[in-house]
Amino acid sequence: MRKLLLSSFIIVIGITFVGRLSYLQLFSFSPNQILEDPAIKSVYEYPERGYIYDRNGKLLVGNQPAYDVMVIPRETRTLDTLEFCALLKITKEDFLEKMENARIYSPRLPSVLVPQLSKEDYASLQEKMRKYLGFYIQKRSLRDYKTNSGANVLGYISEVNETDLRTNPYYRAGELKGRTGIEKQYEDVLRGRKGVKYIQKDRFNRDIGPYKNGRLDTLPELGKELYITIDKDLQEYGERLMHGKRGGVVAIEPSTGEILAMISGPTYNPSLLVGRERSRNYTKLHYDSIARPTWDRSILAEPSPGSPFKTLNALVALQEGVIDTETKFTCYNGFYVGNQKKGCHCGGGVRDLNSGIFRSCNAYFAGTFRKIYSKYPTTDEGMDAWEKHMKSFGLGDYLGVDLPTGRPGRIPDKTFYDKWYGDNRWASSTIISNSIGQGEIAATPIQLANMTSAIANRGYYYTPHVIKKVGTNTIASRFTERKYTTIDKEHFTPVIRAMANVYKYGTARWIQIPDIEIAGKTGTVENFTRINGERVQLTDHSIFTAFAPVEQPKIAIAVYIENGYYGARYAGHIASLMIEKYLKGTITRKDLEKKMLEKTLEHEYAKPLSGEPFKINEYVW
Amino acid sequence: MSGRNILKRLDWLTVLLYLVLVLFGWINIYSTTLADSTEFYDFTTLYGKQLFFVGLSLVFIVLILSIESSFFERFASLFYIISVVLLAGLFLFGKTIAGATSWYDLGFFNFQPSELGKLTTALALAKYLSDIQTDLKRRKYQWYAILILLIPIVLILPQPDPGSAVVYFSLFFVLFREGLPLQYLGFAVLLILLFVTTLKFGVIWVCIGLGILTSLFFLFKRADFKVPTFPLILFLVGCVVVSLSVNFVYNNVFEQRHRDRFSLWLSLEKDPIRLEQIKKTIGYNTYQAEKAIESGGFKGKGFLEGTRTKGDFVPEQHTDYIFSSVGEEWGFLGTAFIIVLFTLFFLRLIHLAERQKRSFSRMYGYGVISILLMHYFVNIGMVIGLLPTIGIPLPFFSYGGSGLLFFTAMLFIFLKLDAARLREL
Repeated sequence: MRKLLLSSFIIVIGITFVGRLSYLQLFSFSPNQILEDPAIKSVYEYPERGYIYDRNGKLLVGNQPAYDVMVIPRETRTLDTLEFCALLKITKEDFLEKMENARIYSPRLPSVLVPQLSKEDYASLQEKMRKYLGFYIQKRSLRDYKTNSGANVLGYISEVNETDLRTNPYYRAGELKGRTGIEKQYEDVLRGRKGVKYIQKDRFNRDIGPYKNGRLDTLPELGKELYITIDKDLQEYGERLMHGKRGGVVAIEPSTGEILAMISGPTYNPSLLVGRERSRNYTKLHYDSIARPTWDRSILAEPSPGSPFKTLNALVALQEGVIDTETKFTCYNGFYVGNQKKGCHCGGGVRDLNSGIFRSCNAYFAGTFRKIYSKYPTTDEGMDAWEKHMKSFGLGDYLGVDLPTGRPGRIPDKTFYDKWYGDNRWASSTIISNSIGQGEIAATPIQLANMTSAIANRGYYYTPHVIKKVGTNTIASRFTERKYTTIDKEHFTPVIRAMANVYKYGTARWIQIPDIEIAGKTGTVENFTRINGERVQLTDHSIFTAFAPVEQPKIAIAVYIENGYYGARYAGHIASLMIEKYLKGTITRKDLEKKMLEKTLEHEYAKPLSGEPFKINEYVW
Repeated sequence: MSGRNILKRLDWLTVLLYLVLVLFGWINIYSTTLADSTEFYDFTTLYGKQLFFVGLSLVFIVLILSIESSFFERFASLFYIISVVLLAGLFLFGKTIAGATSWYDLGFFNFQPSELGKLTTALALAKYLSDIQTDLKRRKYQWYAILILLIPIVLILPQPDPGSAVVYFSLFFVLFREGLPLQYLGFAVLLILLFVTTLKFGVIWVCIGLGILTSLFFLFKRADFKVPTFPLILFLVGCVVVSLSVNFVYNNVFEQRHRDRFSLWLSLEKDPIRLEQIKKTIGYNTYQAEKAIESGGFKGKGFLEGTRTKGDFVPEQHTDYIFSSVGEEWGFLGTAFIIVLFTLFFLRLIHLAERQKRSFSRMYGYGVISILLMHYFVNIGMVIGLLPTIGIPLPFFSYGGSGLLFFTAMLFIFLKLDAARLREL
C-alpha cells in the first residue's frame, strides 16, 4: 500500500502535466501564430494601386505621393521646436500634444506626427530632416483623380475597419481597402499583393535579424491596370446635365452590354474623399440624408418604370399571340375597370399597336393586358406566363452588374398578390396598373437601360458591366454571353417602329436631334410620399428610355429624373443631349444644352419639406 | 569489488535515461543561450560552461562508483553535521545574490550549501531510520526523524530560499514510506485544501461545503457504523477555525510578493489595474512561458527556430524556465517525451529502491526520488501555469553547474548502493 503511494503520485502528476500541455499546445494553439508572435515583426512593402482608365484609354484614377511625418519618441533629442513647427506648419501646442500622444501610444514604435504633407512642404522639410533625430518621413500613396466625375462608379478607398480585420486575414490595421464602386469590386486586382519581410526581434523590440534568413519573405506584386467601359467625356457631360436634379442616368452599348455612363444625381467630386480633409467631407456627404449624394440612384433607386414598360407588355402580347399589329382598342379618354374610369392623355380614339405606343395610350394597354390574362384558364397561369416573359428582360431580380451594390426592382408574381389580396381575390383588372408600368412594378435605372438594350438588340442582352480589360486579360465569360428574352425576334420590329414614331411624331417629338433617328419611350410616373403620416402626391417622375440609331444601335439609355414631371421634359431632353454627345461628339442645340445645364429642380425637392401646402405638376418651363 | 563487476551490476536503464535527459537538456540550453557566436565549442558562453560541467559530472560518476559503498553510510552523520554548520555559517559569511543569502563565494565558483544539504540530509535520514532501534510507530523517534528534516529547513527559510525549503519537505515521503502514520499526510493535505479553497471561495462556501460533505457522510454511511460524535464535531470546528484564520495568515504573515503569486495562481485579483501590474511583473514570466509553449503546437518550431526563445522573451529561460524552450521548439511531441521520460525514470528508481535488501539503501533511494520528484513537479507545474511561481531548477535539464553535479552525485550514490546490494547481504 505505502509502496504504491509514491508511484501513483508520479503517474497522476504525469497525466496532469500531459493534460495541461495538450490543452496549451493542441487546443489553444493557433496556426496563425507567426502574425501574433511578439518576437516577429512583419514589415510590409506596399505595391502601387492599379490605375483606372476609361474605355478610350483616358486616365481616370492614378496615384499621388503623400508624406507622413513619423516619430519614434524614445529616439528624439532636444530640438529647435519653433523652427520644426514652422516647417510642419503646426503650432507649438499642437506639436507638444501630438508628441505626448505618440509617447503614450508607444515610446519605441513609430507614430504619425503630421499626416499627408503636400509635395511643397515635403521638399522644404526634407533638407532639414537629418537635424531632427527620431523623426522621419514615410511616403504613402493616395488616389489621384483625373476627373471630377464618376464617384459612384469609381468608389473610394479607406482604412480597413474591425470587421475587415476579422473577416479577411490579408489586411492589417491602417491599410487601405476599396470601399465602394470599382475600388471595392476589383479590390484584389487593383490592390496587388503586399510584400512582407519577417524580422526577428528581442524582448526590447530591437531587430536582431531576418526571421529564418528571409526564407518566408515575399516580394510585393503590383496592382493591375484596369480599363473600364465608362466613357469619360459622356460621364462628365451627363453629370453636368444632372446639375440640380436628382435621379439616375445609365447608358449601355447594346452590342456588348458595356456601361458607357452611369450617373447619379446629386453626386460629389471623388477627390473630396482623399487627403487631409477626407473625414470632414465624408461626414458631410454621408449625413446629408435628404439629397443623399452617396446613394447611387442609377443602380439603387427603384421607381415604377411607367410607360416605357408598355413596350414590354406589347411584346408579351404579341408573343402570346393575343394581339397582332392591327388589333384595335378604343380609348374614351380613358378606360373602365368595372364602373371606375381610369384616365388617359392620348387624346382618345381608336388605337392600334403603333399609335398605342407612340401616343402612350393607357386604354390600349389595359385592353392588351386583359387579353394576355384571358388567354389562360386561370389568372394564376396568366400571371406565371406574364412574369416569366418580364423577368427574361432582367427585371425583378439582381442584374449581376459588376458593382458591389444593386437592387432587384420588382416584378410581382402570384404569391405576392395572394399575400396582398388573398388567394383568388384578385384578377387582371385588379392589377391593371401593371399594364402601364405603374402599380407594383419597380425597376432601377440600370434595369430600364438594360431592358431598352434588349429591345435594341431585338431579343437579347449582355449583362451590363463596367469592366473592359484587366491588364492584358479578357473579362469574365458571364459578360460575353448573350441572355435571350422569351420574345421572338420578329415581334420586335413593329414595337421598335412604334418607338421610332414616339420620337418622330409622338410624345417625344420635342426632343429632335438633327440627323439622328431615335427609338424611345417616355414615362411619366405618379409618385407619393408621406408627410406627417399622410399620403401626399408629388410631382411626377420624368422617365425616358431610348436607343439610337434605330438600325445597329450604338447606345441604349434610360434617364430617370425625380419629380421632373412628364417624360419628354427633363428625362427626354437629357437623353437626347447624351445621345447626341455620344454619337456626334458635339452638341448642335446650344440653347437646349444651356437650359438643361442651368435648370434645377431644387424648388420641387424643397416643396414637401417646406411644411406648407404645395402644388404639383406645374408648368414652369 | 572489481571495476568489471560494478559495470556489470550497474542499472544501465537508469543511466541511459539520465544521459538522455542531460543531453536533451544541454541541447535546449544551447538553443536558449546561443548568441551570435558561431564557435561551437566556447567556454565563455553559457552552453560551453554547461558542457564543461556535463564532462565534470562524468568524472564525478567514475569517482563515486569507485568509492566503497559503505563509505556513504558510515560518514552520513558527519556529512550532515558539516552541511548544517555550513548552512548556519551563511548568516556570517554568506554572499547575497538576488536578495537571497544562500552562497559562499569561493572565487571561481559560488557554492550553495543547501544543494549539498539535500544530499546529506537524505543520507542522514536514511541512516537514522535504518538504525535497528528506530521505530517510527513511536512518538519519540518520529520527533527525532522530523528534527533531522526541520534543522536545515529552519536554517534555509530566512535566507530566504523557499524553493529549497519545499524540496526538503519532500523528504517526508521517506518517512511515510517507512511507517510514519498516514494521518499526518492527510492532515497536511487537509490544511492545504482548506487554505486554497478558503482563498478562492471564502469562508462561507467552505462551511457550506463541509456541511454538504457531512450530510453525505451520514446519508451513505453503513447503518451499523457508530459515529464518533465528539471527534467529528471537534474536526468540523477545527476546520472552520482554520478557514477563519486563513485571511489573517494571508494578510499578515505572507508578504506582498507571496500574495501576488497566490492571487495570480488562483485568479483572485479582481481589480483590473492591479491585475495588469501583476501580469507585468511576476505574471510576466508565467504568461510568456505559457505563450511560448503554446506557440510550439504539436510539432514545435524546430531546433534553433523558437522565435520567442531567440528573442529572449521568457526570463530565466535557460535555468528555471528551460521547459518553455522545449515546448516552443519541440512542441507537444517534445514536452510529452520529457514527461514520459521523467515518469519512467522515477518509476524505475522506485523499482530499484524496493528491491534493496538493506533498509539504508532503500530509504536513501526514496530520499533521492523524493527530492528529484519535488523539483520536477514544482518546476514544470510552475512553467505550465499549474502551480504558483517557485524558483527551483528542473533536474539534469536546467543550466547550472553545481545543480547538475549534486543531482548526478545523489543519483549515482544510489546506483552504487544498488549495484552493491547482492554483495552486502
